[in-house]
Amino acid sequence: MTTISVTVNGKQYTRDVEPRMLLVHFLREQLNLTGTHIGCDTSQCGACVVHLNGVSVKSCTTLAVQADGATVTTIEGLANGATLHPLQEGFWEKHGLQCGYCTPGMIMAAADLLKHNPNPSDAEIRHGLEGNLCRCTGYENIVKAVRYAADKMSVTTAD
Amino acid sequence: MIPSAFAYFAPTSVAEAISLLEQYGDEAKILAGGHSLIPAMKLRLAAPSVLIDITKIAELRGVVINGSINIGALTTWHTIEYHDGLKGVCGVLPEAVAQIGDIQVRNRGTLGGALAHADPSADATAVVLALDAQIRTHGPGGERTIAASDFFTDMLSTALEPNELITAVICNKLGAGEGAAYAKFPHPASRYAIVGAAAYVKLSGGKVSACRVAITGAGPVPTRQAETEQALLNSDGSDEAVAKATEESGTTMDVLGDIHASEDYRRAMVKVYTKRALTTALARARG
Repeated sequence: MTTISVTVNGKQYTRDVEPRMLLVHFLREQLNLTGTHIGCDTSQCGACVVHLNGVSVKSCTTLAVQADGATVTTIEGLANGATLHPLQEGFWEKHGLQCGYCTPGMIMAAADLLKHNPNPSDAEIRHGLEGNLCRCTGYENIVKAVRYAADKMSVTTAD
Repeated sequence: MIPSAFAYFAPTSVAEAISLLEQYGDEAKILAGGHSLIPAMKLRLAAPSVLIDITKIAELRGVVINGSINIGALTTWHTIEYHDGLKGVCGVLPEAVAQIGDIQVRNRGTLGGALAHADPSADATAVVLALDAQIRTHGPGGERTIAASDFFTDMLSTALEPNELITAVICNKLGAGEGAAYAKFPHPASRYAIVGAAAYVKLSGGKVSACRVAITGAGPVPTRQAETEQALLNSDGSDEAVAKATEESGTTMDVLGDIHASEDYRRAMVKVYTKRALTTALARARG
């Protein structure tokens, strides 16, 4: 066992973990943060995407011990109190989900995309979300949801 | 899926990592970005009993551009993709790495890790071959430098010794009259290269005075295309010269077929993508 200390959604947790424990299992099973999903478990679907030190990563392909001393943000940490993050609002408004399984990963990946490209074209949104699979929507409304968030965030920034 | 158990070490210096490699030898694996190794460990295709996580070794990160370009082994694809300095002096690097996997893979994956792993469909392997890069390694006996052309020995195999670590990749800045390009046919799901072609050319007095072409994805090992290179040398680099030079591309190299693309199809695509990479490289060399 290795003792790790990780700040998740602003709260610090210290836990003993086996080195082979994946970050996604640490979040879901040790911290009960089940908003982060396990989809393919083979590093391809993006359902498990979280931010590690502000950068989007697949938490099924990261060891919990690698997050020692780091800051993690999961879907549970994205909203500001009762106010949804613009991406959460966009997925709500534009019906960017059907079953919702891929949604947390989609939103966390889209947040990273918008950080580097605040005003992406539809093609750039699709390219930026290449690591996230959705088997329901056909992606159309996901692209609209990200577009909605980008527009809203640029207005907020302009203010 | 959960990897089999291992002992975990996170050294903070190259010397410490080398001494761990010496101590544990073949039982140990180096963890860099982990996007090849961790999936393989989850599938139990790899089951090292010791994992040496080098991601805390700060000296292995970053790009330094002076007389040449020095890229630390732990530099991520993301850093290379968005590096302002690299675009002007070796634009083929950001061009190629921007086509790797997806954002999350590029956030974690590293240049040194990809070269050490030597996946037959990796993109960077062909690029370092075309750039004639030098791969700097560190082992118990100190440093050595391996030419990219001597580095890839077989499928998933390199000239790296089990107790050695890649520390940096060094390549030349591209100047006036030089151009390089990477053209890739990606697998539509995985984004690995079904065929990837990296080309470098130099024009002197209107003639091709240097030319290197390397193919990834098609065969077990990233491979230079000697016939194509020879055929283009001393030509004027016109579209006709490129078409003629690529007639024989891929005919002598080992090519593999699978359910995604047959051997014949891959050979045909080697020609197509070699032609595209060379045409773009030549256009860039002309400025």
